[in-house]
Amino acid sequence: MAIFLDKNSKVIVQGITGREGAFHTQRMLAYGTNIVGGVTPGKGGTTIESGQPVFNTVKDAVDATGATHSIIFVPPFAGADALWEAHAAGITLAVCITEGIPAHDMLRVVATTDGMRIIGGNCPGIISPGKSLVGIMPGHIFKEGNVGMISRSGTLTYEIVDGLTRAGFGQSTCVGIGGDPIIGTTFVDCLRAFASDPETQALVVAGEIGGSDEEDAAAFIKEHIPDKPVVGFIGGRSAPKGKRLGHAGAIISGNTGTPESKVKAFGEAGVPVADRPSDIPRLLAERLATATA
Amino acid sequence: MKLMEYQGKDLFRRVGIPTPRGVYATTADEVRTYVAEHPGSWVLKSQVMMGGRGKAGGIKFADDAQQGETLARELIGKVLKSVQNPDGEEVKSLLVEEKVDIASEAYVSIAIDRAAKKPVVLVTAQGGMDVEEVAEHDPDAIKKYWIDPAEGYSPYIGRQLAFDAKLPEGYRKAFPAVLGALYELFMDYGANLVEINPLVLTNDGRVIASDAKVELDDNGLYKHPDVAQWNKQSPADADQAAAVAIGLGMSNYARFEDEPGLPPKTVGTIANGAGLGMGTMDAVKNAGGGAANFLDIGGGAQAELVKNSYKLVTSDDRVKAMFINIFGGITRGDQVAKGIVEALSGDDVRKVPLVVRLTGTNAKEGLAILAEAGFVPVETMDEGAARAVELAKGAQ
Repeated sequence: MAIFLDKNSKVIVQGITGREGAFHTQRMLAYGTNIVGGVTPGKGGTTIESGQPVFNTVKDAVDATGATHSIIFVPPFAGADALWEAHAAGITLAVCITEGIPAHDMLRVVATTDGMRIIGGNCPGIISPGKSLVGIMPGHIFKEGNVGMISRSGTLTYEIVDGLTRAGFGQSTCVGIGGDPIIGTTFVDCLRAFASDPETQALVVAGEIGGSDEEDAAAFIKEHIPDKPVVGFIGGRSAPKGKRLGHAGAIISGNTGTPESKVKAFGEAGVPVADRPSDIPRLLAERLATATA
Repeated sequence: MKLMEYQGKDLFRRVGIPTPRGVYATTADEVRTYVAEHPGSWVLKSQVMMGGRGKAGGIKFADDAQQGETLARELIGKVLKSVQNPDGEEVKSLLVEEKVDIASEAYVSIAIDRAAKKPVVLVTAQGGMDVEEVAEHDPDAIKKYWIDPAEGYSPYIGRQLAFDAKLPEGYRKAFPAVLGALYELFMDYGANLVEINPLVLTNDGRVIASDAKVELDDNGLYKHPDVAQWNKQSPADADQAAAVAIGLGMSNYARFEDEPGLPPKTVGTIANGAGLGMGTMDAVKNAGGGAANFLDIGGGAQAELVKNSYKLVTSDDRVKAMFINIFGGITRGDQVAKGIVEALSGDDVRKVPLVVRLTGTNAKEGLAILAEAGFVPVETMDEGAARAVELAKGAQ
């Protein structure tokens, strides 16, 4: 088992003939993702080279293929529209890769898309190793296993996963929730799903400065899954206040979003926080040892 | 993008929030002419980004044209310093406004509540001071309301807040409309924050936004090209301007000042992805050094961008060594390697000892290019950071 995504999930690609959409469609197919088609308005009725049909609208694609999952590669100005279109067509999980969607568009979208889980925007997507990849992650660094991973970042996730895989820790599902201030799925949403996944025996939560998502995650762990081994990481701990670092959401303003507050919250939930990504496998091994002892 | 007061008030007027009468001026002559044509009492407000400009002497009062000109000459070009901004900020322009007779001062703001995923409104009858101060000494005086973006704003919200926050009676009629206009501005212009402090009730019963604090979401600026232009005319932030100039995203570069008690910031850093960029500067700190900057070259970076990023980081004289940390996902290792070799082959760059960590997509090809050019790349992020810190110390 895994969360949000498994081998049989039927996936469509919104923006399948665009530069990035086309490139990543091939990478996802190579990984084994069940991509049943894609959408590019005006190119309905054609197929891409690898044989998947292209539709004019998400509704046409869903009607013809029964897709439940969508991955979105559209420019920022079209992001909200693409998410609303997916929702209207009955998609239940949409991964939004697009970076730069205005926060106020996302405020409107999350308030009006009940019934559809949104991952991102500005995220690397989601992968259930050995089963399916709906994202832009380099599939070869992942390995099937029992560690669930949630992260706000892309490349830092790769760094951590690479270390886990090398240390022999495979992953059940990895979710890159995205670096924007307003995102569809938070750490807590993921933790709730992982909590009821028997295959996931331990978790890595890789947060970063800004916002209070990590504090909320710590509170959830303390209350609902105190016995599940979890290791935390906070990126940007050496950042000065007030500087926005790459991710629109990564900024320390006033006394919210500070690394101290996040480390403290994790500590109170019994979650060790790694100083460096390379410490994570060791901390995970220690937590697993005490949990089974 | 943070706006100056006069720019914020420009947006206020577009949505119908009353502001004091006045004029924006960049020279003392303009001030003299305006005051001569409009006799009365005027306030000269320095247009700066920093907080605490009043205490820093940036606000003056003039009763005639001559006095207006003299004070304007004094203010324009002056460097204001405050506790929040010890380095100071030069005054380049003034907002000349009618002096309003204040009966009462309230506070109202709208910001994004990330956790609730909703706009949150803050209102208090104790305006004219820092809302943080009010929060500290009288937290119950601040009333909050989360607006559901699906429903939007309706005047009952403003009425309820005015009663709950015990705004004086004079506000009651105007307040729901002011808040509605402020919400319109917040959503339509994509603001991270809109704040009116104080929202003044005058002795003759008018409700006026006496100050304006507006911070816009950079991602939404494309919807209002005229407003986006303000940023280009005078970028508020040197880092943002430098990033945009070489084709990076506005927040993909940040330079860090040295901090007392911490190691000097002598290691330049470049990474792909914001998370890895933050991880890289943390690794430098963990290795006993100080990262001079954060720089995220983004996904799929090309050689030219790598070269220009290298030049940008080394334009900081403090940088004694460089650490480039690439985990190839979309970014291809050979492209990054080419950029590094190109950057260092020109005479137009300052060469510093360089440590490169390259892994992921096309890493093998990239490593071959680097090896051919005589560089020795490292295997891991920790190792790279340690080596860069060592080299920076050796170079001092």
